Amino acid sequence: MSLIGSILAQTAPDEFLDGLSAIGAGIGYGAAAIGPGIGIGIVVGNAITAMARQPESAGMVRTTMFLGIAFTEALALIGFVVFILIKFA
Amino acid sequence: MILAVQAEGGGGGLHFPPIEEILEWPGIFFKDTIFEVNKVVLLMWAAALIVFLLFWAAARAAKSGRLVPTGVQSVVEMGIDFVRNDIILQTMGPSGLPWTPFLVTIFFYVFFTNIFEVIPGIQFPVNARMALPAFLALLVWVIFNVVGIKSQGLGGYFKSMLFPPGVPKFLLPLVALIEFVSTIFVRPFSLAVRLFANMLAGHLLLITFAVLSAALWTASPLAIILPLPFLMLVLLTGFEILVAVLQAFIFTILAAVYIGGAMHPEH
Repeated sequence: MSLIGSILAQTAPDEFLDGLSAIGAGIGYGAAAIGPGIGIGIVVGNAITAMARQPESAGMVRTTMFLGIAFTEALALIGFVVFILIKFA
Repeated sequence: MILAVQAEGGGGGLHFPPIEEILEWPGIFFKDTIFEVNKVVLLMWAAALIVFLLFWAAARAAKSGRLVPTGVQSVVEMGIDFVRNDIILQTMGPSGLPWTPFLVTIFFYVFFTNIFEVIPGIQFPVNARMALPAFLALLVWVIFNVVGIKSQGLGGYFKSMLFPPGVPKFLLPLVALIEFVSTIFVRPFSLAVRLFANMLAGHLLLITFAVLSAALWTASPLAIILPLPFLMLVLLTGFEILVAVLQAFIFTILAAVYIGGAMHPEH
């Protein structure tokens, strides 16, 4: 596979694989960021709604919001780590 | 044409340092042993020393008997107040108050190891290497498991962990498996990776814009757009200060949630 690819692209096999892994890393991280992006948007949006409706409970809502963000964000960060591993390791 | 000018400039162009150059520091003491000390280890010790001195100075000031706290003392008191009111009372309730010293220490230590990222001349967050986040997460993992076993008993702890109330009977095996994996494996992993990846991402972001600004600094017509990456660098530095505080906060609050959850089984 990589041999055919490198013949087609007229490069050395190593370069071809590097290019493939760079593409994979980029697409992988981009895909990993979609879900958490939507999720954090929902969490923060609802937290703002709650704070606007009941400003006196803002402290509690904020704490819970950060908790929710932390859990949602974990997937994006794992995606970032995978990106680093594919690209550099 | 611009590109041609840049190429003629010689040695110009954008040279992004490879990741080994960014993250792997040469040893300073005890080279080539397992006790090798490099910049990261020194920063780790410096953060511990700073936290110790901060609290020592604050304690001295508190003992001097002045009624109104000033300077160091008021900063430390604000930090303790923040951890006590916004983290412990919100997540663990009043029964979590004995954990205040531990969580305050975690908060300040993680904050100082993070804030090295933006201090000129140092500019390296210790938590961009996996060692410290992994150790801290392991510490929290051991503590919340020990606390859970101590306060609920070995059987009670695993029962309340594996079988949350209100789950239909036929789903119990699946839920138990998921709960076990998420509590024992995913919790410490995500706790460590969250801190590590946030600081590494921030560090790489700052490096990217710093390298871009530095490359544009060399005389070429492209220097006209220099203010753009530089402005971005300044803004991102401010953002990274926010991230440093936020990650310390999130690490502490998650530690509090895990310990609090192990103390009281879910109802």
